[in-house]
Amino acid sequence: MADPALIGVSSGAALAVSLAIVLGETLVFSFFLLNKTFFLPIAAFFGGLVATIFIYRIGKRKDDSNVATMLLAGIAVNAFVGAGIGLMSFIATDTQLRNITFWSLGSLGGVTWTSVVVSVPLILISVFFLLRLSRSLNVTLLGEAEARHLGVNTERLKWQAICLVALTVGAAVAVSGAIGFVGLVVPHLLRLLTGADHRYLLANSALLGANLILSADILARTIIAPAEIPIGIVTALVGAPFFIWLLLRKI
Amino acid sequence: MIEVKNVSVAVGAKKILDDVSVEIKAGEVVVLLGATGAGKSTLLKAMCGDVKLTGGEIYLENRRLSEWDYHELARKRAVLSQHSTLNFPFTAREVALLGRNPHIRGRESKKDLEIVREALQLVEAAHFANQSFPTLSGGEQQRVHSARVLAQIWERQTERYLLLDEPVASLDLAHQHLTLQTARKFARENTAVLCVLHDLNLAAGYADKIMILQNGRVFALGKPWEVLKSEIIREVFGIDAIVTKHPKLDIPLIVPIAINYEAEKISRQSFLAQA
Repeated sequence: MADPALIGVSSGAALAVSLAIVLGETLVFSFFLLNKTFFLPIAAFFGGLVATIFIYRIGKRKDDSNVATMLLAGIAVNAFVGAGIGLMSFIATDTQLRNITFWSLGSLGGVTWTSVVVSVPLILISVFFLLRLSRSLNVTLLGEAEARHLGVNTERLKWQAICLVALTVGAAVAVSGAIGFVGLVVPHLLRLLTGADHRYLLANSALLGANLILSADILARTIIAPAEIPIGIVTALVGAPFFIWLLLRKI
Repeated sequence: MIEVKNVSVAVGAKKILDDVSVEIKAGEVVVLLGATGAGKSTLLKAMCGDVKLTGGEIYLENRRLSEWDYHELARKRAVLSQHSTLNFPFTAREVALLGRNPHIRGRESKKDLEIVREALQLVEAAHFANQSFPTLSGGEQQRVHSARVLAQIWERQTERYLLLDEPVASLDLAHQHLTLQTARKFARENTAVLCVLHDLNLAAGYADKIMILQNGRVFALGKPWEVLKSEIIREVFGIDAIVTKHPKLDIPLIVPIAINYEAEKISRQSFLAQA
């Protein structure tokens, strides 16, 4: 259930980016904006990180983390972020508004080779380190106390995972905007197909996720060609019913 | 050896454990008894390092528990918790293999897989090793968790520690005895075993030492014959019981007298007199 869009990681990144777009030109940040390609991923990373830490702190009770509380906190974060992005859109100029819409709905249309060069190493590095965590993540599925009994330093593991996830999400959102539901659909689908072992799940999710995004992008570009609909609309149209199916299946 | 020295645990003003001391040596099965809320699970958690002590200290091999590194500890001490939940589609074998985590660097070796196979066989779970864990029954899941915990401390070279919190809770009669026989087998092979139980006869049959907790304090500690007496049982569990010798073994046999006397038309006095 912990899709980055649901628990507010991607929207945190999107808010940081819209703040950067609108306020960045007027504030001291203008120095960084000389090189927008580098600045926006950094903003997205910190936005994602702040949102993740916030939700994690709220979900944490005593020693164990509470997933239900985290999901509810995600709703609150999304509402807050919605207001923030709304405010930014309201005071934005026309160009800035276009940019913000791009970020909040997502699109692969603005990708250049420069943005690929910036984001790919970040994503590859964090995926590499995330894969190294997969055995500990498997053990943690037993519960945090059990994982400690099995030699996992759960506090360290959580911080590693949070930072790496924020880094990956930040780098991805900076390039494509916040594209929802892919992060929810893909891992659940793969769990049904290949089981819960993170050693396969993480790598397969990255590959299937990329494929799904490209397929959605092809749809988004061709369905009402020559116009292009934002890819986030396509993934939400597929992902929202999937989410409901997932809820019904669990009952 | 695990030494619990004058341990107290309090939540707010409420003392859950009060000045508890016990030693568990390798080769020994210590069974922890007590009514619900007596502090059994808290003592076990304290011995795992999962709750903060408000007084006293716990030593493992003469080193404070808090000074042990998680990973180092996990290689010689395994814990079977009461409420292990797992709703992800691992197979039973994959769950048991998680127990080898502290021994694995990189990928699991042939030896790890062999140990997991033997552990699953030992708890009679080998025939459903390939089934998805969430589809198993409660008792089957419990056995897979047992296999996981045993696989974690399978190798005999070093002194090992096995902490079991109600390991027989959801098991049928045969597997209750199998589980405790397995605990005894591990004890014979250089393992210190602590086991929380509710069944007094299982305790009588498998414990070297029995410790009874009441309201967080040690009420009795000693060999089964010394501890399982009818006056102690009445005081701690609030139930009359006849303690006699097992017809075949030299262990106490406890027969609780909890019949609805009115309905059975048996007077309490005559029943006790007959006994």
